[in-house]
Amino acid sequence: MDLYQKMSPTPDEDIISVDNLTKRFDDFIAIDQITFKVKRGEIFAFLGPNGAGKSTTIKILTTLLRPTEGTITIDGYDPQLLPHKVRESFGIVFQDPSLDEELTAFENMEYHGILYNISRHIRRKRIEELLGMVELWDRRHELVKYFSGGMKRRLEIARGLMHYPKILFLDEPTLGLDPQTRSLIWGHIKEMNRTKGVTLFFTTHYMEEAERVAERIAIIDHGRIIIQGTPEMLKKETKTENLEEAFISLTGRDIRAEDVSRTERMKMRFRVFKRQRS
Amino acid sequence: MKAIYILWLRQIKRYLRTRARIIGSLGQPLLFLFALGFGFGPIYEKAEGGDYIQFLAPGIISMSILFTATFSGIEILWDRQFGFLKEILVAPVSRLNIMLGRTLGGATVAVIQGTIVFFFSLLFGFKPANLHVLPFALIFMGLIAITFTALGTAIACFIEDMQGFQIVVNFLIMPIFFFSGALFPIHRLPKIVHFISSINPLTYGVDGLRTVLIGGSLLGVGTDLLVMASVAFVILVLGGHLFSRIQI
Ligand SMILES: Nc1ncnc2c1ncn2[C@@H]1O[C@H](COP(=O)(O)OP(=O)(O)O)[C@@H](O)[C@H]1O
Ligand SMILES: [Mg+2]
Repeated sequence: MDLYQKMSPTPDEDIISVDNLTKRFDDFIAIDQITFKVKRGEIFAFLGPNGAGKSTTIKILTTLLRPTEGTITIDGYDPQLLPHKVRESFGIVFQDPSLDEELTAFENMEYHGILYNISRHIRRKRIEELLGMVELWDRRHELVKYFSGGMKRRLEIARGLMHYPKILFLDEPTLGLDPQTRSLIWGHIKEMNRTKGVTLFFTTHYMEEAERVAERIAIIDHGRIIIQGTPEMLKKETKTENLEEAFISLTGRDIRAEDVSRTERMKMRFRVFKRQRS
Repeated sequence: MKAIYILWLRQIKRYLRTRARIIGSLGQPLLFLFALGFGFGPIYEKAEGGDYIQFLAPGIISMSILFTATFSGIEILWDRQFGFLKEILVAPVSRLNIMLGRTLGGATVAVIQGTIVFFFSLLFGFKPANLHVLPFALIFMGLIAITFTALGTAIACFIEDMQGFQIVVNFLIMPIFFFSGALFPIHRLPKIVHFISSINPLTYGVDGLRTVLIGGSLLGVGTDLLVMASVAFVILVLGGHLFSRIQI
């Protein structure tokens, strides 16, 4: 029996609803009054360069950070008022790894299942099913520290799905992976969306990924949502052929001309400085 | 409840999988037993009368628990660095239970280390007086372990870099160790040192453990138990509060 079938459809159509969300770190504004909604069962993408505020938004939605201002509703609950209700409703794959590397793949899954209060019987079945799906069942008793980057990411996805989440948050799920692994991973994730109706909220700075996978996209830059809509709408409104051109036309920059970090800027200045001297 | 258990189990498993750490952290207490036991033994026996190793062993057991427990706070920093802390913090488990699970895990590891030191001290000639009260020794070992694991957790909540953590913990636990009566009797010390010892929770833990193992309490075993239990409780509450405010 599948738990997903037992879930009754809840009346509100928007599973995520964010209104005027702002996040300040001291006096730096990381997120600036963003407003958006995600429908139940939808695949929604946050597209933006490094430092745009994508991860910060996900951390706020998933109760890890407190917002400075604004209102949020996730599956009918406010993450600040009823964090546990919200926590039960989503699974998450973080941008950076979050596995216990000293434990085996199986133990990582098992412990997750216990933290989410899944009964032993369902847990065992679910672990086999999900590790099978991401093709790690045969390696389940190996310590995670010996896994490759792609294997770890697959394990995190399996773990994020373990407790039948209604929403799966994916923060740059395919960053740094080779094309084969990338398409394998998207295969699994889209399958969950198609067959179980899991809402997908993902962030990326790969244009073609957003265009190919997402039903709706919000383009975010310097903490602001510049535009949102279906890929077709975005292209039409900006009178461009693809998202890449749309992004340039909106921001005047290429997305890959990343908002470089302070240390990188220093290194660049240093390089220029050296060139001038020689 | 299950969440507390699983976080506890995780720490036990991680401990058992790092043999190097187990052996490495035994080095210091064994060195102390050896060097001080043989070095100060004759002096102590002249001054106090009695076998120094009998006096020293409970102190060194307490020391190994104190160090293991407090430094286990650094595991929160590891979890932060390796990302696992995020996995725990998004789970529908109250922060208090998370804190309890990891404190009990760290405390159990510290008690195991203390027990290993106890068995080694037998090799150095330590003879516990009352074998049938050994289970009571575990109560004091447990209270010392819980108190200082919770303290380590509390410190790890507001110091995020590893070096800073080690500096602060060393700064804090060295005086706690030296002024606890673990190495030398406190009753003949100058007033100021005596005062410092009397506000040091470890003093009561060491005295309690020593009383249970070889008898001859200075402070009264009831007082020891009451003080240790209260301090453990207060620091647990404090650690739980600090932990509940953690953001990533
Ligand atoms: N804890 C923090 N303290 C201060 N600044 C932060 C913190 N977290 C993120 N930032 C800043 O907020 C901005 C957005 O970061 P982030 O959300 O990680 O971007 P993205 O995920 O889109 O690459 C960046 O400029 C980053 O340096
Ligand atoms: Mg990011």
